[in-house]
Amino acid sequence: MDELDRIVTAALAEFAAAADPAALENSKAGYLGKAGALTVLLKSLGKLPAADRPAAGAAINEAKVKLESALAARRDALADAKLERQLASEALDVSLPGRGRGIGGLHPITQTLERIETLFRSLGFEVADGPEIEDDFHNFTALNTPEDHPARSMHDTFYVEGGHVLRTHTSPIQVRYMETHAPPIKIIAPGRVYRVDSDATHSPMFHQVEGLWIGEDVSFADLKGVFTEFLRNFFERDDLEVRFRPSFFPFTEPSAEIDMSFGDGWLEIAGSGQVHPNVLKAVGIDPEKYQGFAFGMGPDRLTMLRYGVNDLRLFYENDLRFLRQFA
Amino acid sequence: MRFSERWLRTLVDPPIDTAALCERLTMAGLEVEEAVPAAPPFSGVVVGRIDKAEPHPNADRLRLCAVDAGTGAVLQIVCGAPNAGVGMKVPCALIGAKLPGGFAVSKAAVRGVESNGMLCSAKELGIGDDASGLLALPEDALIGASVRDTLSLDDTLITLKLTPNRTDCLSMLGIAREVAAITGAPLFPPGIFAVPVGVATRRRVVVEDSGACPRFASRTIEGIDSGAPTPGWMKERIERSGIRSISPVVDITNYVMLELGQPMHAYDDRLLDGAIVVRFARAGETLTLLNEQTLALEPDMLLVADEKKPLGLAGIMGGVHSGINDATTTVFLEAAYWNPAIIQGKSRRLGFASDAGYRFERGVDFDGCARAVERATQLILDVCGGRAGPLDDECGEFPRRDPVRVRPPRVARLLGIALSADAIGGLFDRLRLTYRRESDDFLVTPPTFRFDLAIEEDFVEEIARLYGYAAIPAPPSAHVQSMLPDAEAALSVNGLKRKLVARDWQEAITFSFVNSAWEAALFPDRDAESAAIAVLNPIASHLDVMRTTMAGGLIEVLRTNLARRQDRVRVFEAGRCFQRAGAGYDQPLRLGGLAFGDAEPEQWGMAKRAADLFDIKSDLEALVAPRSLATVPGDHPALHPGRAATVLLDGRSIGWLGELHPRLVKHFDLSRAPILFELDLARLTSRPLPTARPISKLPVVRRDLALVVDEGVTVGDVLAALEAAKPPSVEALRLFDLYRGPGLLQGKKSFAILVLMQDTERTLTDADIDATVAELLRVAKDRFGATLRQ
Repeated sequence: MDELDRIVTAALAEFAAAADPAALENSKAGYLGKAGALTVLLKSLGKLPAADRPAAGAAINEAKVKLESALAARRDALADAKLERQLASEALDVSLPGRGRGIGGLHPITQTLERIETLFRSLGFEVADGPEIEDDFHNFTALNTPEDHPARSMHDTFYVEGGHVLRTHTSPIQVRYMETHAPPIKIIAPGRVYRVDSDATHSPMFHQVEGLWIGEDVSFADLKGVFTEFLRNFFERDDLEVRFRPSFFPFTEPSAEIDMSFGDGWLEIAGSGQVHPNVLKAVGIDPEKYQGFAFGMGPDRLTMLRYGVNDLRLFYENDLRFLRQFA
Repeated sequence: MRFSERWLRTLVDPPIDTAALCERLTMAGLEVEEAVPAAPPFSGVVVGRIDKAEPHPNADRLRLCAVDAGTGAVLQIVCGAPNAGVGMKVPCALIGAKLPGGFAVSKAAVRGVESNGMLCSAKELGIGDDASGLLALPEDALIGASVRDTLSLDDTLITLKLTPNRTDCLSMLGIAREVAAITGAPLFPPGIFAVPVGVATRRRVVVEDSGACPRFASRTIEGIDSGAPTPGWMKERIERSGIRSISPVVDITNYVMLELGQPMHAYDDRLLDGAIVVRFARAGETLTLLNEQTLALEPDMLLVADEKKPLGLAGIMGGVHSGINDATTTVFLEAAYWNPAIIQGKSRRLGFASDAGYRFERGVDFDGCARAVERATQLILDVCGGRAGPLDDECGEFPRRDPVRVRPPRVARLLGIALSADAIGGLFDRLRLTYRRESDDFLVTPPTFRFDLAIEEDFVEEIARLYGYAAIPAPPSAHVQSMLPDAEAALSVNGLKRKLVARDWQEAITFSFVNSAWEAALFPDRDAESAAIAVLNPIASHLDVMRTTMAGGLIEVLRTNLARRQDRVRVFEAGRCFQRAGAGYDQPLRLGGLAFGDAEPEQWGMAKRAADLFDIKSDLEALVAPRSLATVPGDHPALHPGRAATVLLDGRSIGWLGELHPRLVKHFDLSRAPILFELDLARLTSRPLPTARPISKLPVVRRDLALVVDEGVTVGDVLAALEAAKPPSVEALRLFDLYRGPGLLQGKKSFAILVLMQDTERTLTDADIDATVAELLRVAKDRFGATLRQ
């Protein structure tokens, strides 16, 4: 069977040399096709003596299997090489920038307000709202601040045509809410407020968040507990020191200024206190039965502290380079 | 209220240092705003007397002084001060002295002459601004004594930021009373006694309205020397409280006001005609005040007058023509209690504040008027000599001080702490409150000097203050809670904002008051009724009206950023706009936006393209999804008339969208037109809950319709008509191309509309499909004259 060995050797060499699938298929036809060398050899088996035929047949079949397997391997190798070339040609510079839309952002004060709402909602406070052009009754009188009360000079009030004021605080929302809801009441009310004042730490328009919790036994201790917990969660610092110090607001009694530790000193964060019985009476709530606390804090200042902003005016200038830092 | 700590410590002297005292005051509700030393640190400066002053041999402007500074030797000191005179007592910094700023005095040669120290000006010691000459020390100063001791410079000036309710702490006595209550230290009030009456002279006082003036205490003092100097200690105290020393009698009235809290007034008795009359002003009267302001008096202004003329505005300011002067020999002293209601609001109306008005409008101790007159008399007699007439004390009805019931259980409930009745009694004792026990309740009488203690809660605050706010626990919230409702169909404003943020919009917050010029430019044809609401006292003239639209503020944001080289701006704001509504105001929440510049940020692989109305419309569509909005031609005066849309949701307008009018592009000096929108937020914050429908598994068939229509036909109308006429098998109708140009006649355009068809029950046949397409085509043809594009 020298002939068979010669054919196999030649076929293997030819397959290995085939540069592409077409050449490979041509070579295959030369050995395994109808007129291929191996096929011809198989057909010539009949000329052998009967006793030799089984052995010769088996040898040829073995050679055929060998060639077919070599053929398959070469096909795969050629396909792999082709894929390799394709992949290499398709490679991208993946360091190129992403394409398409830009990135927007919420105003930093909005982010603070959202955070405040989330924290207080987790304690069961609902969010309330109210008008910004406010009448004298809701902004002052119902808050135990009658006309000519010296406390009115604490607020430098903007007046608008038609005899109303721009609300100087979010406290009128308390009044409006209590006018239409019966206790228990548990709300916060974020919003814009206005005072005639303008420098690096005062803006004629700024924000406040009012809080109000009225129930049968909501105490000053609860105010301390709730607000301390809020500040520690807001700043994510369990060691944050919070102090309550006696103060005066016409609509709370007792009243407290709330300070938090900052650097070596203290910073005023909110005014607060137990709702004054006159305020409750003005909206028809019996102060003997119900009591509770209110607070008003400045989210603008909280935003400054949280993000290290040193000039309040930046918030209302809307320079995109400033705002994008909070995206 | 600013005061000298040394003065305070003469009245109450708790064993705590300055810092601790300030902390205690602050934590008791008397906030210390500032505590600064009366003088900066320096040492080695003593009282020296100039015994000789001779010219310096080598310098015209310097002198050689021989100074006795109590060291046992005569010191030769070179000095350049023009006022260095023989016999003068001056601060002398000895060799080794440390002056403010760390400057050390050493032996030195000045122009060749040895100088053994330095004579100092007020400025060099850091206790004044005068650098023109040596600080003259009192003649009785002890030679060799420390200047710090001589001038009481080891003192702290404490400034309290008092809340309006604590009028009682507008005096040293009041602050001392408070410190005694807080610290438990004993109180030493000034010794005040009735001075012996030396003459019978008295001036009659007629109080016409004792409701307005419940008390008027007065006295005449004859034979005073108004040229006598104000004692150094008094001058020092009033000056450290920020009041300038003027003349002994005026200084004394100011001193008594600071000491006792009772504003006083002193008149030159010679200038008074007849009786003193307390009355309201009459029409046509005028009065020139001490601040030289001449007032046309109004009938609600209470006056101190004599029988011929107004003398002063009661409780606010005296007149210029009846005051103390250099020639005064007889003084008429007044200490009154004015009803706060009469004083309140007057300062604001007159446009100035006075120490007296500030105190009287908040309330002054009506029990202290006569005591103040005695105190002032005593000081005048000591300083200026003279003979006192009898005290005249006109009394009407004083403010009521009804006992207030304080119930310990209520105290506990309000504060959230358990306090026994005895503990409460102890706190009341420290406050020197007068009370009576009725079983466990207290009946507390508010003191005459407190105007902020009228109801039970006021006393609860006193209890809490003395107990210490810090001592009240801050328990974590232990109240039973119920879950808050969360309406899924309600969209939060923050949720809407986040949708815009995700689509490349930056939120801005602008002032609600804007420039009336912007409003007038945006709405040129407005009448008075619809014009923006004016702010009557704007913070600046360009922030003079309330915005009726977000557009003005957003254009300003654009201009700010363009000026800072930001050439692509996409900003939005949510907030209220303001408009008249009959006699009231309409204050709707709006969402406004402005896009300027390229549709996308400049980047590789994408052609630059300016953002247009349709880019922004897709953002608005995202806001209302799954609902869909429609845009129809609109007519907003600030928008380009051909590029303005009214935005409809469920067939109703929710706002507008469009390109800024070319007139305004020029007015606001912009390089091209921004796209603006403004929507009614209330209409955006609700949505229907989704209701799922089965999804058909049958095949979907797509057919495209290319319709040729006249230029004037809008795609919105065509799609709406097709939508209305479509059979149920049509799932969707969508425009996917718009074509004008070759192949079409002038004035024509082509809409390419895809039609997706799918039945829920059977596979559509070719005949079904053809029939549907033919029906849609027929509608387009009949309604809009559309033809099929070839």
